[in-house]
Amino acid sequence: MMEIRTPKTHKAKRVLEKRAPKLVENGKKTLILHGTKTSATVSSVLMELYRLKKGGAIKYSRRNENIRPFESGGETSLEFFSLKTDCSIFVYGSHSKKRPDNLVLGRMYDHHVYDLIEVGIENFKSLLSFSYDKKIAPHEGSKPFICFTGEGFENVQELKQLKEVLTDLFRGEVVENLNLTGLDRAYICTAVSPTKVFLTHCAIKLKKSGTIVPRIELVEVGPSMDLVIRRNRLPNEGLRKEAMKLSKDKPKKKVKNVDQDDVLGKLGRVYIPEQEVGKIPLPDKSKGVKRERREGKVKKNKEEGSASKKLKESE
Amino acid sequence: MDMETDQIHQIDVGNLLAFNPSHRFPSAPSSREELVKECVTEGTKLVQAIADTLFNFPSTETSDGPLVQLPRPTTKLPREKHLPRPKPPTKWEEFALKKGIQKRKKDKIVYDENTDQFKRRHGYDRVNDDNDIPIIEAKASDEPGEDPFAKRLDDKKKRVGKQEKNRLQNLKTAAKAGALPSHVQLAVTALPISGTKTQPQKIGKDALGDVAGLAATSTASGGKFDKKLPGEKPPKKQGKHHKYLPVLPHRGKVDEEKEQTNKVLSKLLSKHSHEILNVGKAINMYNDKKEKKKSGRSDKLKAKKDITKKKPYANKAQ
Repeated sequence: MMEIRTPKTHKAKRVLEKRAPKLVENGKKTLILHGTKTSATVSSVLMELYRLKKGGAIKYSRRNENIRPFESGGETSLEFFSLKTDCSIFVYGSHSKKRPDNLVLGRMYDHHVYDLIEVGIENFKSLLSFSYDKKIAPHEGSKPFICFTGEGFENVQELKQLKEVLTDLFRGEVVENLNLTGLDRAYICTAVSPTKVFLTHCAIKLKKSGTIVPRIELVEVGPSMDLVIRRNRLPNEGLRKEAMKLSKDKPKKKVKNVDQDDVLGKLGRVYIPEQEVGKIPLPDKSKGVKRERREGKVKKNKEEGSASKKLKESE
Repeated sequence: MDMETDQIHQIDVGNLLAFNPSHRFPSAPSSREELVKECVTEGTKLVQAIADTLFNFPSTETSDGPLVQLPRPTTKLPREKHLPRPKPPTKWEEFALKKGIQKRKKDKIVYDENTDQFKRRHGYDRVNDDNDIPIIEAKASDEPGEDPFAKRLDDKKKRVGKQEKNRLQNLKTAAKAGALPSHVQLAVTALPISGTKTQPQKIGKDALGDVAGLAATSTASGGKFDKKLPGEKPPKKQGKHHKYLPVLPHRGKVDEEKEQTNKVLSKLLSKHSHEILNVGKAINMYNDKKEKKKSGRSDKLKAKKDITKKKPYANKAQ
């Protein structure tokens, strides 16, 4: 026996529509969690990553003992969390003797694991240890610049995958319009060797130059760490092809009550309901709200203040 | 100079991404600071390259600052969820396609001939409301004793039920094709049991309460001192329920006990008392009693009456 269940409130309906598969997707949300044991480095890395991605990330604080991303049965919990929180990227931190300061970055397709890459953290510097002028501190949720340097990112397969995962992680929402004053952060990733990547987060300082284009200066503000590639898992070909499918552009929906005129430009139509003069709400005429009263009070306080001052002076 | 750097760096303006594939560290960097410095300088070059293209875009001035329209990102990244699948046509849509039936837009306001007014099609005070029909003329095919109004309601219920069944079927086929609408969820309410057709009954609140009461009485103290959960109702009174009528009549109220006995009496003495009283049963009961008395009950159970002992005469003193 099957039953049709529809949401009873508008809010629930909107949430379901937001999570439904669409042609143009929302920005990917990140799920940050940790495993059975975490070291101080790993927990601070996870915390700072969460701060950098505030607004598009969810952090779980409890430890998860039954999550083992690289084992066949250990992903069910992850997939469940991904379904519940609607997150498509996850960052899983753990620490063990064999794999110290471990970080697993993974992506999901249809709430099933798509690909994984495991990195080790070395030489971690927390964002609290950087001192800089607070005025240039990047704002929360601003769109970052992402820079990759090094031939390793082109030649080595693991680094190629890491490049893709980091782009996905740091990208945020895909926007059509960008405010140029809101550009204040950049992530710099350099391939130091075929197995090591140096990652750092900088704030942008725009300096005057002769042309419209300002001169860029980068100041290190955020966490910086070395990522050492450990294990990885690539997506299988069929899944990759399906996930990379591009959608055909849908014709833009016609916006009602808006016209384009050659002379006047954009014209809009506004419909005003009939005004019933007898039913207009009258102004609030209660005593305390009247302007004269308020101003009188302010004046009185001022006079009192100056009077007391005079007394003091005369004394 | 700009064109050269653009070609050396792979720039994706839509993602604010830049990649310099031609850099390599000539020698192992001497110290950590050297490494960091070199990385930051390389990064600065890349950001400058992106900014060059970005600031040269046509910008519109707004109150917050210059707004620039970004092109679409060029790096291919995997999607988060699958592309929305096309919905399979419903049974009606297939039929309409086959017959060539076109969709026609219905007006919200329709002219009602009975009242010569424009009324709305759905909702309060609508055209052709089923409840508004005062008289239904009988046809030759109508059976006597059949309520046509009830029949109309019944027909409507059947139509609605059929529509719901069809809707469920359409949604099931859509779910099979993976194209269920986002706000609908199909939930299985009961497992299919092979063999019997009866569906397992859902236990209601009252039934649960009864079962809990049964379990409570099986305890040593009869469930009187059991700890109750918050919201659990106190146990119903067990045993016979007696309604004792008031002995003295209330002011203005009828003497209920008197009324009760009068009722019974009137029933017995009424003209049709033979209809109320089951004479056959009464005779049988009387005969049984008599036979039992005659056969005599086992004297072992009954206390023997001692005829030698004399009863004290209570009233003789008067």
